[in-house]
Amino acid sequence: MAYKLIGKNFTPPDLEAKVTGAARYAEDFRADGMAFIRILASPMPHAMVKKIDLGRAEKVPGFLAALTPDEVKQPGPTGQPILAAEPAYVGQPIVAIAAETEQAAEDAVAAIEIELEPLAFCVDPLESLRPGGPNALTGGNISGRRIEFQEIKWSGKDFALAGEDALPKGTPVVEWAFGDVEAAFKEAAVVVEENMVHASNAHHAMEPRTAAAYWENGKCHVWGSTQSTAFAQPALARLIGIEPSDLVFVAEYCGGGFGGKATSYPLMALPALMSKKLGGRPCLARVSRAEEYYNGYARAGFQAWAKFGFRKDGRLIAADVYVVQDLGSTSGFPDFNNVGNATSIVFQPENMRFRAMPVLTNTVPKGAQRGPGENQTANMFEPLIDKAARELGIDRLAIRLANAPGGGGKDAKYGAEQGPVTSAYLREALVKGGERFNWAERVKTSGQRNGSKVRAVAIGQAYHSAGRNGFDGLVRITPDGILHIHTGVGNLGTFSYASTSRVAAEVLGYDWSRCTIERGGTARSLPWNLGQFGSNTSFTMTRTNFVAATDAKDKLLTLASMDLGGSPDDYDLVDEHVVHKSDTARRVSFADCAKRAVKLGGAFNGQEVPEDINPMTRAAVAAIAGTGLIGVAKDNLAKEGVVPALSVGFIEIELDLETGKYEILDYVGVADCGTVMHPQGLAAQVRGGAVMGFGLASTERHIYDPAYGRPGARGLHQAKPKTYLDIPAEMGWDAVDQPDPQNPVGAKGIGEPLEGAASSALICAISEALGGYMFNRTPVVTDMILNAAAGRPQSHKPLQTNCE
Amino acid sequence: MSDVMYDFELYQPDSVADALELLGEHGKDAWIIAGGKDSLDWFKDRVKKPPVLVDISSIAELHGIREEDDGGLAVGAMTTLTEINESPVIRAKFPVLAEAAGHVASPQIRNAGTLGGNLSQDTRCFYYRDGFPCYRAGGNTCYANTPTAMNREHTLFEASRCVAVTPSDTAPATVVLEAEMVIRNKKGQRIVKAEDFFIGPEIDITRMTVLKPGDILLGVRFPGKWAGSRQYFEKVADRNVWDFALLSIAMAAKMDGARIADVRLASGAVQCTPRRMTSVEDLIKGETPGEDLETLVARVASRGAKPLNYNHFKIPLLENLAKRAARSLAA
Repeated sequence: MAYKLIGKNFTPPDLEAKVTGAARYAEDFRADGMAFIRILASPMPHAMVKKIDLGRAEKVPGFLAALTPDEVKQPGPTGQPILAAEPAYVGQPIVAIAAETEQAAEDAVAAIEIELEPLAFCVDPLESLRPGGPNALTGGNISGRRIEFQEIKWSGKDFALAGEDALPKGTPVVEWAFGDVEAAFKEAAVVVEENMVHASNAHHAMEPRTAAAYWENGKCHVWGSTQSTAFAQPALARLIGIEPSDLVFVAEYCGGGFGGKATSYPLMALPALMSKKLGGRPCLARVSRAEEYYNGYARAGFQAWAKFGFRKDGRLIAADVYVVQDLGSTSGFPDFNNVGNATSIVFQPENMRFRAMPVLTNTVPKGAQRGPGENQTANMFEPLIDKAARELGIDRLAIRLANAPGGGGKDAKYGAEQGPVTSAYLREALVKGGERFNWAERVKTSGQRNGSKVRAVAIGQAYHSAGRNGFDGLVRITPDGILHIHTGVGNLGTFSYASTSRVAAEVLGYDWSRCTIERGGTARSLPWNLGQFGSNTSFTMTRTNFVAATDAKDKLLTLASMDLGGSPDDYDLVDEHVVHKSDTARRVSFADCAKRAVKLGGAFNGQEVPEDINPMTRAAVAAIAGTGLIGVAKDNLAKEGVVPALSVGFIEIELDLETGKYEILDYVGVADCGTVMHPQGLAAQVRGGAVMGFGLASTERHIYDPAYGRPGARGLHQAKPKTYLDIPAEMGWDAVDQPDPQNPVGAKGIGEPLEGAASSALICAISEALGGYMFNRTPVVTDMILNAAAGRPQSHKPLQTNCE
Repeated sequence: MSDVMYDFELYQPDSVADALELLGEHGKDAWIIAGGKDSLDWFKDRVKKPPVLVDISSIAELHGIREEDDGGLAVGAMTTLTEINESPVIRAKFPVLAEAAGHVASPQIRNAGTLGGNLSQDTRCFYYRDGFPCYRAGGNTCYANTPTAMNREHTLFEASRCVAVTPSDTAPATVVLEAEMVIRNKKGQRIVKAEDFFIGPEIDITRMTVLKPGDILLGVRFPGKWAGSRQYFEKVADRNVWDFALLSIAMAAKMDGARIADVRLASGAVQCTPRRMTSVEDLIKGETPGEDLETLVARVASRGAKPLNYNHFKIPLLENLAKRAARSLAA
């Protein structure tokens, strides 16, 4: 379809402020009389607070107030309290102090006398599952979303049967299967089986999660760092203990989130609670880099086992997967479920069994990190696909084409239920990427050595679900003719809040320069929108903006027919006018329609609203009712099946066998993201995802000393995200650009698998350069490459985790 | 974890004499700060809290690069790593130093970080930096050398209770160039050879150099002996920027036709001090570079290594970097 705005580049309205430094983040907030908060954090991986003596702290000049665990709500045993009475990881906040200056607050924190009773702890899930193994929390070691907190120990026999270096397969808490896996393995021409570890790693967003707050006239005002706006408000209000309507929430910019700031979180509520204690005085809780590590969540690690059976032609006929997830110290994020689902959609196994065991550890809480579970799946299993190709003697692209869902996805199946998907073009992405990368030629020289260097090419693939439905859209045409698009999705930094808003302008035929996006804070009258996470925005928000704009369009047509005669069907929207189709002299501008709507009232100006919209949307409309022509609706468009975002990456590296270092010579990422909404935005996502993926593949990981439970990667220089000098100056990108039929403009999300495709491609390339060496561990760090190249054993045990 | 500095007295003298006066007055309470790239971390973390800071960045005579009569150079301690990396005269005479300086951390850090600071910085052992009460911190345990410790970046050689390594990229270059450290205190000035400037835990476990309270490192003299010789530097780290070396190597050599007439090699990040690779020097002196020689170099380069739990990869890496250094001398 020919669009005026969709598929075209534009300058997102927040870009200039970010480039010039004018953008104001939560840490930039200042107010007269502001108090500063610092935190006493746990020095122990697991302890019980026995006594807190604030006597000396209160004497520090400038001390204002302290908050202790007994003054804040304590969630269930696997929840994350704002301040912990039973800290379960090093760095967990226990006491907060407010003072006249930040230094005074820190001095007072240093003067707190605290008595902690050390408790048993563990940083290795398998150790916790051993008979008599330590529990990360008092009373249990197993949790997870919709999984009861409980204690489970596997038997000594379970461990003995597995052997020292293989994953024990005790009874899992999650298990599903389809088909007959055992029978399929018997038919397989090649079976590959490996044990593996995927490390946890920190988000380490550039902007730490600083928050500020004050109270005024019964309302609590909070500045926070989050990916989402509308979706974050109710949960933050609950944390503060107020009604959502009493919370004024500002989240205009977000300096990186990657899932770690998906919505609100306990630390964001701290300045509000402290401010309340200080009679509403503004409070700022600045979060340091180390505190961001401790409180910024992390990708969950896995200890895993997988067995794949293939036919001669490379078709995957049997997949058996068992993952033990490192939950961290809370119920965490269900990455484990996503491993099963991602395996099913990317590789389309004909028969499959999936088992999972999420285990609590005394490491930082885990949250969603870009492709949570799905990208670990890519890193763990793509090398197995290469191994099978080598054993079958078939091309590595061919084996992926033999399994990838394509042709629109009519035959694609998803998850345990083998349900439908809205569209899938992974096969087409592989073909497009292969052509653009010139795979057929470049693979011929892959593995060739030149001196100490080896060139290698490889492919990665990844998936993430990419769209939801049922949220609301809200637009407003004011009497000056300007279109206001109210979006509560948030601003993670992908610019998709803007590209999806353009759908409303597209529906109404607006010039983009006459549109304004209302966003960044609840005072901007935001509709109920899902947060900006889970690669959902492109699909979800195009639908909400479409239905809201369609409602506005209907009202424009109705108004014109009321004033100019005829029926709404007799009119078109042309250049921000409603124009009679056969008599173009009969026309009225949108601006005049807005004035008429204001006078008419009712649904035209928002005095009446649809019954099915969310109370947040209802309140937003009430705040702007009478100021223009209102378009508001709930997304009731049809949706059946999972919306899959799919991506492939093609890579060439040159690896130096003497140093373990390599150069990424070329990378091409191809997206199956439906209609391309914003080419420059997509290009930035493909490249940015690749940069993040290269770090995930090769440098970023948690390290914990198992004897002391203290982490060794708290800072950016220790966590080692990739730098400009570690990545290619140019990276190619492309898109299948086939519309998703269940979205009004064909859009679906893509952000997350772009990382997994790149990371798995790099891991496969390193393996290829070393003759198919199976690391079975992510990240593949320099010393592992050196040991492999030198024929030396690795330093770690095969299933050892949170280690170097 | 604190990220908020404590109160301290800050002095900013503009002469060495004034600085020495201040250091004498405050004794062990005084801490010299130059570019601040090491110091500020300690202060913000509040792991080290000296009550007096003497900022020597305003002392003009500590800045700059000066040519000496013997064809060598004198480099002020406050000369930034960027200035060293970009200096035409250093690049011409002592490229191993320029290269080493250019591989320190990141461009931003090199713009502020100084030669004196890079040479004098403390170790980066994460246990020590995290505030563990280890030997180096005055305690009686090494937390990085237990049966389960994380010690990928720690010593291969010469461990003595402490297994932390030198993190300095420029230190091995000073050793191979036979540099001399110019140190002054209230009693006077002394010259210390680079090899003697860096000290291991067997000498003093709480320091990494001979510098004691009251001492100022004024600068480094690079004698003309190795000016314009064949030189080599290579650093391997996980990232290409903003990362400490897993291992580094520096070499200066003089050729007699195809033969190696004289050579000095040193490696970094394998022990607490830059490690002179005398067995490799003894092996290749008088020899002609080639594959046969490389095989022998690999055989002797790591001799005596005692790897810890996670760092035996440094053995092939050290052997390979030594081979590459020797290979660089081939015609």
